[in-house]
Amino acid sequence: MLAHEHEAAGWFLEHAWLIPVIPAVAFAIIIGFGKKLPMKGSEVGIASMLASLVLAVGTTWQWVQRVDAVHGSEGEGALARGVFGFARGLVPRAAEGGEPYVEPVIRSWTWWQSGGIEFGLGQHIDGLAVMLLLLVTFISTLVQVFSLEYVRGDRRYTHFFASLTLFSAGMLAMVLAENTVQLILGWEIMGLCSFMLIGHWWEEQANSRAALKAFFTVRVGDMGLLVGVAILFGAFGTFSIQETSRIAMDPATSQTVLLWASVALFIACIGKSGQFPLHTWLPDAMAGPTPVSSLLHSSTMVVAGVFLVARLYPVFYNGFDIAQNGNSANLIAIIGGITIIIAAGLAFVQNDIKKVLAYSTVSQLGYMMMGLGVGAWTPAVFHIFTHAFFKCCLFLCAGSISHTASHHSFDMKKDMGGLLRRMPITAGAWMVSTLALCGVPFFSGFFSKDEIIDNADHNGYKVFFIVGLIGAFMTTAYMTRATYLTFFGTPRGAAAGEHHDEHGHADVHADAHDAHADVHADAHAGHDVHGAHDDHASHGKPAFGIAGESPILLVFPLIVLGFLAVVSGYINAAPFHIEKFLEWVEPRASEFAPKIDHAVFTWAKAAPSIILVVLGFVISLALCKAVFGEADSKLKGLTQRNRVLGAGHRFLVNKYYLDDLYEKVIVHAVAYPIAQAAYWVNQHVLDGIVNAFGKGGRRTGEWVYKYVDQGAIDGLAVNGSGKAARGTGGALRPLQSGKVNQYGALLFGAAAIGALVLVIVNI
Amino acid sequence: MLINNFLLLGAVLFCIGVYGVIARKNAVMVLMSIELILNSVNINLLAFSMLHGNVDGNTFALYIIAVAAAEVGVGLAMVLLIYRNRKSISLDELSEMKG
Amino acid sequence: MDVISDQNWLLSLGTFLPLAGVLVMLLIPKREELLHKQVALATALGTLGVGIYTLIQFDYDKAEQLQFYANTEWISVIKSGYTIGLDGISLPLYFLSMVITVLVMIYSWDHIPSPGNPKAFLILMLVLQTGMAGTFIAQDLILFFVFFEVVLLPMYFMIGVWGGEQRQYASLKFFLYTMFGSALMLVAFLALFYQTDSVSFSIPYLVEQGINIDQDVAIWIFGGMFIGFAVKVPMFPFHTWLPDAHTQAPTQGSVILAAILLKLGTYGFVRIAIPILPQAAVKWAPVIGVLAVIGIIYGALGCLAQKDMKRLIAFSSVAHMGFVMLGISTLTATGINAALFGMVAHGLITGMLFFCAGSIKERYHTLEISRLSGLLIQMPKLGWILGFCAMASLGLPGLAGFWGEFPAILSAYNPAPALNEPLFRVLMVIAALGTVLAAAYLLWLYQRTAFGEPNPEFTGHGHAHAVGAAGNDEHHDDIHDVNVFEWIAWTPLLIAIVVLGVYPQLMFKVMDPAVTQLVEVFNP
Repeated sequence: MLAHEHEAAGWFLEHAWLIPVIPAVAFAIIIGFGKKLPMKGSEVGIASMLASLVLAVGTTWQWVQRVDAVHGSEGEGALARGVFGFARGLVPRAAEGGEPYVEPVIRSWTWWQSGGIEFGLGQHIDGLAVMLLLLVTFISTLVQVFSLEYVRGDRRYTHFFASLTLFSAGMLAMVLAENTVQLILGWEIMGLCSFMLIGHWWEEQANSRAALKAFFTVRVGDMGLLVGVAILFGAFGTFSIQETSRIAMDPATSQTVLLWASVALFIACIGKSGQFPLHTWLPDAMAGPTPVSSLLHSSTMVVAGVFLVARLYPVFYNGFDIAQNGNSANLIAIIGGITIIIAAGLAFVQNDIKKVLAYSTVSQLGYMMMGLGVGAWTPAVFHIFTHAFFKCCLFLCAGSISHTASHHSFDMKKDMGGLLRRMPITAGAWMVSTLALCGVPFFSGFFSKDEIIDNADHNGYKVFFIVGLIGAFMTTAYMTRATYLTFFGTPRGAAAGEHHDEHGHADVHADAHDAHADVHADAHAGHDVHGAHDDHASHGKPAFGIAGESPILLVFPLIVLGFLAVVSGYINAAPFHIEKFLEWVEPRASEFAPKIDHAVFTWAKAAPSIILVVLGFVISLALCKAVFGEADSKLKGLTQRNRVLGAGHRFLVNKYYLDDLYEKVIVHAVAYPIAQAAYWVNQHVLDGIVNAFGKGGRRTGEWVYKYVDQGAIDGLAVNGSGKAARGTGGALRPLQSGKVNQYGALLFGAAAIGALVLVIVNI
Repeated sequence: MLINNFLLLGAVLFCIGVYGVIARKNAVMVLMSIELILNSVNINLLAFSMLHGNVDGNTFALYIIAVAAAEVGVGLAMVLLIYRNRKSISLDELSEMKG
Repeated sequence: MDVISDQNWLLSLGTFLPLAGVLVMLLIPKREELLHKQVALATALGTLGVGIYTLIQFDYDKAEQLQFYANTEWISVIKSGYTIGLDGISLPLYFLSMVITVLVMIYSWDHIPSPGNPKAFLILMLVLQTGMAGTFIAQDLILFFVFFEVVLLPMYFMIGVWGGEQRQYASLKFFLYTMFGSALMLVAFLALFYQTDSVSFSIPYLVEQGINIDQDVAIWIFGGMFIGFAVKVPMFPFHTWLPDAHTQAPTQGSVILAAILLKLGTYGFVRIAIPILPQAAVKWAPVIGVLAVIGIIYGALGCLAQKDMKRLIAFSSVAHMGFVMLGISTLTATGINAALFGMVAHGLITGMLFFCAGSIKERYHTLEISRLSGLLIQMPKLGWILGFCAMASLGLPGLAGFWGEFPAILSAYNPAPALNEPLFRVLMVIAALGTVLAAAYLLWLYQRTAFGEPNPEFTGHGHAHAVGAAGNDEHHDDIHDVNVFEWIAWTPLLIAIVVLGVYPQLMFKVMDPAVTQLVEVFNP
C-alpha cells in the first residue's frame, strides 16, 4: 500500500477499521470492569457505539466526497482515476459510456500465514460498506439507548450490554471485511452473541431452546460458508474480496466453480438471513429481550446474509447467470420469492405482536434476496437501508407497548387494543413505520420495495414480479391486522388494566423467576403466570393499569426512527429523480462489479402495487372489523366451523409443519436413533470386535490347552513316554531321597564327571 | 595375567557355592549359595567377554542377573510359605519328593 | 540435514529433570503429603523454567532445523543412538507438555483422587512428563519407541488405581490396545531399519534414505506405523479404548491424556511416518482422510448419544482428532500446519473441558447430563468457563479451536498434487458438516447442564435425602464456585485459548518453516 494513497483517501476512510475495534474493546472493558462502573457498564457500551457512529459519519462524509470527486468533475475524472487506480496498479476500465469506477479504500494487514497462505485482516471500504457501517452504528446506538430503560434492573444487565456491544462489533467487522476469513470471523461472532442474547433469560427452558435453535440453524448454514470460502480460495487462491470479485468477473473463470461456490455461500445466507427453509429460528428468536429482536432484525444478523450476497455479488451474478437473457429463475430469486409468500402467510395467524414483526422481517428479507436474485442490486441494498429504520422502529414500538401498557405481554389479542390515545407517540411511530413497511407512496419503503418489484419486471423475471406484488398485498393486509389489534378496538387484558390470573395462551409456562415474582408480588398479586412476555426484574416508572406514554428513553429512539422511516427513502427517490444512494453506493460496472441495469420509474408501472396495497388495507380492515370488532360477527370462529379454512389456519399456525419436520424428524433422528445407532455400533460392533478378539484369544488358548496340550502332547507323547518311564523310574526310585542337598550333590557330581569327560576327550 | 585372576575368583566362588548347596541345611543359605554359583559364572563370562573384546558375554551376564533375581524372588517366596506351614526351613525335613 | 548443536544439554535437562524430582520423592516417606506436593510442583515448575528458557533460546529464524541437537552413542549394538533435537514442529508440543504438567500439578494440590496416596500419584505424573517430553525430542526411532512406551505405564496405573468404577477394564483395554499398536509399530521400525541397510535408527538419516525404499515395501511399513499411531490418535475404528479410558481416568489423567497423549500419535505421523516414507504416505493419504472424516461424523454422533458428560467430551476428541488427521492427510503445508495447530488447540480446549468435568464431578458426584442443570445459577463462574470452552471447542473464530478446523477444511479443497482431488473435496464438505454437529452436541450439552434451574436434588433443600447414600448428603454443601487452585490451574489455559485464537501467528510462525520443508517432497 503506497503512502500517497492514504493521503488521498482521507483520515476517516483510512481509519474505518477503528469502527469495529472500538466496540470490541468496549466489550472487553464491560466484561472486565462493567459491574464496578456506576451505570453497570452500559455507559461504556453507549459511548463506544457513539464513537463508532461519529467515525462512521466521518467515513460516510469522506466517501461521498470521494465519489463526488470522481463523478462530479468528469474532466478531472481521468486524473482522479489515475490517482486511485494507478496507485494500486489497477487501471479500472470504464464501462461502456458508464461512469468511472470508484476505487474502494482497501487496507490489509497480515494476521498470520501458514504454508504460504496469508490470512489478513483489513478493511474494504466502498459504498456498500459505508452504508452499512453508518446504519449499524446508528441503529445500535439507538437500541442501546432504548435498552437503558428497557432492561433496567435486569440481573444480567452488564452482560446484556456487553453482548450487545460485541454483537455490533461482529457485524461491523464483517461489513468492512477485506477478505472472506474476516467475514467468517464477524459472522460467527454474531452467531455467538445471538446465542447469548436470545438466551438472555436462560432460566426458562423455552428461551434456552430458542437460543440453541437459533445458533444451530444458523450453524447449519455456516457449513455452507466454510465450504464456499474454501472453494473460492481453492479455486482463486485468494481470500481478498476485491480479488475474488475480479476473478469472478473474468470471463475465463470456470462457471462450474462459481456455481458451486454460490450454492455453498447461499446456503449460509439462507441460514443467517432466515430464508426458506431455514427461517424457523427467526420467530423463535423473539424469546430474547425486545431490543435484541429489534437489533437482530433490522440492521445486523439477518441482513448479514443479504450483505454477503451483495458483497460477493460478482460470484453469485456469474455463478447463477443472473443477467442471462431468457433465464427467468435462479436459486436466489426462487428462495427469496418463496420466503416472501410463506412468511407473509404466517404473519396472519400470529397473536404475538413480535412474531408478526418477525415474520414480516423474514418476508422483507425475502424481498432483498429476490431483488439480488433478479439483478436489482441497488434497490435490494437500498431496501436494507430503509427496512432497518422502520423495522427497528416497529420492534421498539412493540417493546414500548409491552413495557408500558401490557404488562410485558406481547399478545395482541389478549393484552392490547385501543392504545392509540394512550400512547400517541408510540402509535404515531408505529403508524408511520407500518406505512413505510407496506410501501405506501412517499414513505421510505415505497422507494425501495417498488424498485425491486419494478426491476424484477424490467429484468425479465415475470414470476417474481407477480410474487413481489402478492407480497406487497399480503404485507399490507397483515400489518393492518396487527395495527388494528394493537391500537384500535377496545382495550383488552393488561391494556385494560386487568390482572388476569391466567392467559389461555398455548404456551403458558410457569414463571420460575423468584426475583421477578418478588418484585411484582405487591404490584399485582396473582400475575405470575404469563403468556408470551418479556421478563425482567423491574418495570419502568409509569403506573400500571392506566398506561401513559413510555418514558423518554424509550420514546426518543422511536421518534428518531419514525422520522427516518419517512425521510430515509428520499435519498434515492426514483419518482423525483433523486439517485444519490445509487450514486454513492452502487459500484460502477468494471472488472470488479457487474453492470446493473435500472428500470425507469413511471407511475403507471407503480400503479399495480399501489392499488394492491390499498386493496390489502381495505380488505384487511374490513375483515378485522368483522372478526375482532363486532361481537356477534358471522366471521368469528369461522376457522372452527369451516373445515377447509380450519385446515388452512391450522397449517399456518403450525408453520407449515416445518418446525415439526426439523425438530421432530431431522433433529430427533440425528440426536436419537442415528446417534444411538452409531453409538450402538461403537459399543457392540467395534468394541465387540475388540472384545471378541480378547475372547477369541482366550478361547484359542483354552482350545490349545485342552486338545493340543492336554490331548495330543500330554496324552500321547507325554503320557506314553511316561508309562515307559515308569518302569525305569521304579528302578531309580531309591535315588530319590527327597533331599535337596542330595540332589544338588548329584547334579554337581554329574556336572563334574561331564566336565572331566569333555576335558579328556578334547585332550 | 589379569584374566587368570578373574577365572580363579570365579572358580573359588563356584566351589564355595557348590559346598553351600550340598552341605547347608538351611534353605536360605542354599539359595544364597546358588547366587554365588551364578555370579561366579557371570564373572567368567565377563572376563572372557573382555578377553575377546565382544559384548556377547555381557549380554549373557545381564540375562543371568535377571534370571537370578527372579529365581531368588520365587525361591524366597517358597521358603516363606514353607516356613509359614511348617515353622521350619530345614531342608532335611522336606522330603515329600521322596520317590 | 542441517542441525544446530548449541546448548545441547538443554533438552536432556528438560526431559530428565522430572526424574530427579522422582528420586527425591522416593526418599521422602509416604505420609509427608504436603512435602510431596511441594517437591513435585517445584520439579514441574523447574522443568517448565527449562522449557521457557528453551523457548527463549530457540532460534525462530531457523525453525526448520533441528536445534539443541545432541547425538551420542546409546546402544551401539543395535545402532541406536541417543539422538535428540527440537524443531518448529515439536517445540509447541514439547512446551505444551510441560505447561500441562504444571497445571495438572496445581490442580492436584487439593484434588488428589481417591484412594489418595499423593506420593505415588505425583511420581507417576512426573514419569509421565519425562515420557511425553522425551517423545517429542527423540530423533531416533528406538529412543522414540522407548519414550512412547514409558508414557504407557504411568497412565495405566493412573487409570487402574485412581480411576472410576470400571477402571480395571478401562486401564487394561488402554494398555493392550496401545501395546498392540506399538508392537506393529516396532516391527515397522525394524523393517525400516533393515530396508535402509541397517545403518542407523536416526530419523534425519532415515528421512534421507526412506525415499529409496521400494514402494510396495514402504506401503507395508507405513501400514505398521499407521496402526501404531492411529491407535494412539485415536482414529476410527481404533478409538474404542478412548471413551473408556477417559471416562474412568481421574481428572488429571483425562487432561493429560487429551492434551498430550493423543498428540503422540499425530505427532508420530508428522515426524516419522510421512517424512520417512513419502511414497507410501501418498498411497495411504486417502485412507487416512476417509477414516478421519468418518471419525469426525462418527465421533459427533457418538457425542449426541452420550448421557455422561465426560464420555461426551471423550467422544468429541475422536471428532476433533479427525480434523487433525484430515489436515495431515492432505499432505500440504496448510493442512499439516492446521493439524499441528489443531493438536495444541485441542489439547488446551479439551484439557480445559476435562478440568471442568472433573470439577463438576467433584461437586455433584455425578456427570449424568440429565441430572445436571442450572450450573450457571449454582456456579456462575464455572458455568461461564464451561460455556467458553464449549464455544472454543465448536470452533468459534477468534478462539483457538477454529484455526485447527478451518484451515484443515480449506486444505482439503486443494490436497497435494498426487492425491485424488474430488475425493478430498467430498471429504471437505463432510468435514464441514462435522462442525455443525459439533455445535449441536456441545451447545446441547451446555443448554442441558448450564441453563435452566438447578436440579432440586443438589440445591440442598430439595429431596436430597431421598437420594439415599448418606455419603452423598454431606457433600451437598460442597457445591461451591471455582476455587483458588482451580483458578491458578485454569487461567493459563483460558488465556492461551484466547491468545492463540486472536493471534494464531504465534504458533504458525514456529511451525511453518519446518512443515514447509517437510512437504516439499510432495510438490514436484
